[in-house]
Amino acid sequence: MSLLEIENLRVSIGQIPILNGVSLTVEAGEIMGLVGESGSGKSMTALTAMGLLPHGMEAFGRVTLDGVDILSAPESAMNRLRGHDIAMVFQEPMTALNPLKTIGEQVAEGIRWHTGANRADAESRARAMLDRVGLPESQFPLNRYPHELSGGQRQRVVIAMACALNPKLLIADEPTTALDVVIQAQILDLLQELVDEGRMGLLLISHDLAVVAQYADRLTILRDGEVMEAGETAAILREQKHPYTRQLARASTHVPARAKAPEIASGKPLLEVKGVARDYPVRRTSLFAPRKTFRAVDDVSFDIQERQSVALVGRSGCGKSTLARIILALDKPSDGSVTFRGKDLAHGSQAELKSIRRDLQVVFQDPYGSFNPRHRVERLVGEPLHLMEKPLTAAQKRDRVAEALQQVGLSPSDMHKYPHEFSGGQRQRLSIARAIITKPKLIVADEPVSALDVSIRAQILDLFAELNEQLGLAYLFITHDLTVARAVSDVTMVMHAGKIVERGPTSEVLSSPKTEPARALVEAAPDLEQALNKRLQGIQR
Amino acid sequence: MIVYVTKRLVIGLVTLLLASVVVFGVLEILPGDPARIMLGMNAGPDALEALRQEMGLNQPAPVRFFQWLAGLVTGDLGRSYTYSSPVIDLVQERLVVSLPLALISLFLSTAIAIPVGVFAASRSGKLSDTLTMGTAQIGIALPNFWLALLLVYVFAVGLRVLPAGGFPGWADPVEAIKSLILPSISLALPQAAILARVTRSAMVETLGEDFIRTARAKGLPRRKVLWRHALRNAMIPVLTILGLQFSFLLAGTIIIENVFYLPGLGRLIFQAINQRDLIVVEGVVMLLVASLILINLAVDICYAIVDPRLRIGR
Repeated sequence: MSLLEIENLRVSIGQIPILNGVSLTVEAGEIMGLVGESGSGKSMTALTAMGLLPHGMEAFGRVTLDGVDILSAPESAMNRLRGHDIAMVFQEPMTALNPLKTIGEQVAEGIRWHTGANRADAESRARAMLDRVGLPESQFPLNRYPHELSGGQRQRVVIAMACALNPKLLIADEPTTALDVVIQAQILDLLQELVDEGRMGLLLISHDLAVVAQYADRLTILRDGEVMEAGETAAILREQKHPYTRQLARASTHVPARAKAPEIASGKPLLEVKGVARDYPVRRTSLFAPRKTFRAVDDVSFDIQERQSVALVGRSGCGKSTLARIILALDKPSDGSVTFRGKDLAHGSQAELKSIRRDLQVVFQDPYGSFNPRHRVERLVGEPLHLMEKPLTAAQKRDRVAEALQQVGLSPSDMHKYPHEFSGGQRQRLSIARAIITKPKLIVADEPVSALDVSIRAQILDLFAELNEQLGLAYLFITHDLTVARAVSDVTMVMHAGKIVERGPTSEVLSSPKTEPARALVEAAPDLEQALNKRLQGIQR
Repeated sequence: MIVYVTKRLVIGLVTLLLASVVVFGVLEILPGDPARIMLGMNAGPDALEALRQEMGLNQPAPVRFFQWLAGLVTGDLGRSYTYSSPVIDLVQERLVVSLPLALISLFLSTAIAIPVGVFAASRSGKLSDTLTMGTAQIGIALPNFWLALLLVYVFAVGLRVLPAGGFPGWADPVEAIKSLILPSISLALPQAAILARVTRSAMVETLGEDFIRTARAKGLPRRKVLWRHALRNAMIPVLTILGLQFSFLLAGTIIIENVFYLPGLGRLIFQAINQRDLIVVEGVVMLLVASLILINLAVDICYAIVDPRLRIGR
């Protein structure tokens, strides 16, 4: 008998099926990887096992945990199981903790509820658990509040909460998707250790095959509520029997075919950043404390040539987004200068900025949040056209929108639709269309694919590569994801603590990083081939 | 926390000063000569002039403003010319009725609204939610004076258990409380209806948050999650409305005090306006402004107690 047995699980909302007969098992002391793209039913499978399906959803089939039938268990029995025998870690650490309770209270709460321990005992157990997940008392006393911790630290608190009572099974639903690669590796290593220590079973859910491949003993690949393939990780990855597995594996290592890096003209660079720094005032601890500042960007200099694609990589909080805001003239540098096509960006007037903005556009991370849901595509995509020298007629505008939509692989007739009628990938195409409609020279793209599924992401990377060639666009990609840098950039810059610590041709930086921060990034980045090699070596040993 | 409170306090004082300028200015612009109103239409010019001289009305406005302001600071709100007694005494006399009335109403409306709101939110979408919120909707639509008449008809005229109006004074506390019961219910119910709806919607929103799911994953039963995790997070909008309601209860009781013949602040200001007793109007309005600012300060401090993220001075 396996620890968790899911057999022919079917879940539907009203008439719409979500899961069509999913079966999987997790053994004690094993990591089972559950891989699938958004909408494949991974989270619903997890919530069914927790007995936490949202209202209006019904589950049929058989789910047992250590022999206990979950689907027919009454609520009071589930309350005793949850947090004690089966626990869960969620995707979004920023919102997973109650903002008004201290981390000590939140970890101790479950211990008190399940064991009836008094406050002092529960708190000392909570303390031990927080120490175990890497939050030592000296820096993280129990009376810290969640908002005083970073995303990775909060995820450690959530893990401490989940593992406080040594559950038999832990479900981790995309536990690192919101975190940068270095933190991701730390959190996954921690989960691995907890599994090895306590013979706990782990159901590790992710959309990223490369992440799971490195840690999972076995894999289940899910698509549209059905299991495509299941088995030993090494075997699945080596053989790639199922076409969907092959597609996922390819997509996650996809590198668009690009013409050789264009000859970089030695003339005047398109964008010149010289000695840029940005200070933020730090909140004063008392009325009389001296004012302090925090240097988010520290003496950064680089340039981008026409048609050149540059990646700026770094961990979260390294200052890359602040730098991007300065380059987009959304923020002013405290020091230094930014010159775009010979014009000063930092000190330009509104009129000067208008012409600069025409040539300098932006693509944001979130294709959901960056469109007004009540406007049609024609208006959304055509919005930057007010930057044009001469105002365009309505017909001219419509032609430009149609052209831009075609360039990003959408149909001109899509201009009459609303954003909600498009999928995530199509919406990102829309934001690219909006960026290229003024025929800019440089596009700044802030994590442009990190919210997308791997196969969609491969397509969008292709599109970026294509537009780079066709329209002669230069790019500045801002990302913590090295696969993006590898896929579409000629030059990679590594940023750390406000400074650019390394800069060079992408292939060189990624294959033989010279500085410590760059090495940390490269080592932590999930890589399918490496994961497979490691697995195969493990088997031979 | 100290920085936070100090900042709020300074902002409050500045607001109070600005309000005093506005109150003084508005009454300055209003037509009507206080001296003539006091002495009546038949008074001779000499008598008028003498009175103006005595009251300092001949001095320029800024001088009178600063005199008035200095008076406010020392607790001297001037002298009413219709009651011929210091305004501060009048206010004190009335406050012993109005303040208990406001506090009892506030207590009642909170005690009703929060459990009802939490209950409706926990059953969101179900029949019991629809029914309670439908009732609350009716409660919001009810004018409080009509409710007051209805209560008088049932409890005073019909059942004869509570007085229909008047206030016997605090010499006999039981009788005093009895005479405040019906007025405070008629004030509290419509307020409770609003507060219950606010509580419900804040709770429904909070119950959709990720940390609620985390708490459920710990094994906590629904009920515990509701009271321990959701309620405190839903308190911010509830506190905001509560603050607004308290100031309304203190200032907005004119109608109810008239219905029940209660000698409270509301009636004082109503009569003062009718008789053009500008000194009383000025004094009472400033008192209400000050209490409003004080309540806002209290609400701000409550925010910081509820939410640790607000404790850092901003």
